[in-house]
Amino acid sequence: MITFEIKNREQSQVIEIPEGINLSLMEVLKASDYPVLATCGGMALCATCHVEIERGEDNIPAATDIELDMIDTLPDASDRSRLACQIRVNENLQGATIVLKG
Amino acid sequence: MINTDICIIGAGPVGLFAVFEAGLLKMRCHLVDVLPQIGGQLSEIYPKKPIYDIPGYPEIKAQELVDNLMKQIEPFKPTFSLGERVDQFQQEADGSFILSTSDGTIIHSKVVVIAAGLGCFEPRKPELQNLEHFEGRGVVYMVKDPELFRDKKLVIAGGGDSALDWTIFLSNVAERVTLIHRNESFRGAPDSAEKVVELARKGKINLVLSSNLRSVNGNGTVKSVSFVNKEKLVEEVDADYLIPLFGLSPKLGPIAGWGLNLDKNAIAVNTVDYATNIPGVFAIGDINTYEGKLKLILSGFHEAALMAQSAFTFVYPEQKLSFKYTTVNGVNAF
Repeated sequence: MITFEIKNREQSQVIEIPEGINLSLMEVLKASDYPVLATCGGMALCATCHVEIERGEDNIPAATDIELDMIDTLPDASDRSRLACQIRVNENLQGATIVLKG
Repeated sequence: MINTDICIIGAGPVGLFAVFEAGLLKMRCHLVDVLPQIGGQLSEIYPKKPIYDIPGYPEIKAQELVDNLMKQIEPFKPTFSLGERVDQFQQEADGSFILSTSDGTIIHSKVVVIAAGLGCFEPRKPELQNLEHFEGRGVVYMVKDPELFRDKKLVIAGGGDSALDWTIFLSNVAERVTLIHRNESFRGAPDSAEKVVELARKGKINLVLSSNLRSVNGNGTVKSVSFVNKEKLVEEVDADYLIPLFGLSPKLGPIAGWGLNLDKNAIAVNTVDYATNIPGVFAIGDINTYEGKLKLILSGFHEAALMAQSAFTFVYPEQKLSFKYTTVNGVNAF
């Protein structure tokens, strides 16, 4: 099991995902009924799945140029901003804390 | 006033194809879209991305699909109100509808088809206190008429292509342009980024990097903008206008208040003809929801075809509809 924490406003939830599933963090958030629009469906083109990695950033592969370009258009972006659609749910996420934005 | 059989809200692929299906049944369409161009998400978000699940096209670029749809509906002479949002919606005693847009366009139609995708694209707003209070009083999210800014003091915020492009353009129009960007460098088009840095070096613009907007100040209208600089200190710059350019984000918008049955930001429809709870109003494409809904362009095309059959009974209540194949009947232009 891969275990990580999601924070949405004041609420926090620990999510457990079986290993080996081929999903992005955005898809997991949507499946967990979080209010993530994901307009572009995961192409890093709309930035509606904006999250901040509060903990565990070092284990997650760095953002690509296209993702960084998109993050740069956000008014509330920070150095810890990522697009959930560009993060794969695998052992890299173990123990991470993710804060929903937007 | 525009008079039409069907008013389609949303000029994305599904809205466009609805013109074709309506046209086969001799119904005329007028389309309204909040974006300044046709094509919806396909043109706005991913024009160059290939799509692989359009029947008959092993691969087609999003913009190419939009262009082809425009060619396909050309015989039916659709009309458009672009860059306008439908704000008011009213049903008349005879069952027809009066719609009015953000630019004051009035549309009278027998049927309304909502093909609005994820809603209307609205500018992303920075989180600043009292920002709403200054909207239209110095805070603008879109540059429609650059002349508005002639000899004015502007603060532009953002680091994307549009922030760069407008900074360059308006540096020749405004008295002074200050560009505030949260990062130390720009990731937008390298050419534009270079030009902006060059303009700053020559003293033609004021470039403020690694800084974030903090507040917009003034009494009724914008007088200055404050930001937190690299050293975490608050600075203030005089301004007549603040132009935050942080891209667009989809919102359901005014549709939410029209009395339609909604389910999680989508419009509930039946699957017989994709009618909503208001007779004469249909919802097709990504904006609707029903059991088993798939947000696919091809599903929207199917919904458009069924919708048109039912819309016919509102447009031509006296006539009986006989179904004809295009292979038999061809496409008879208006």
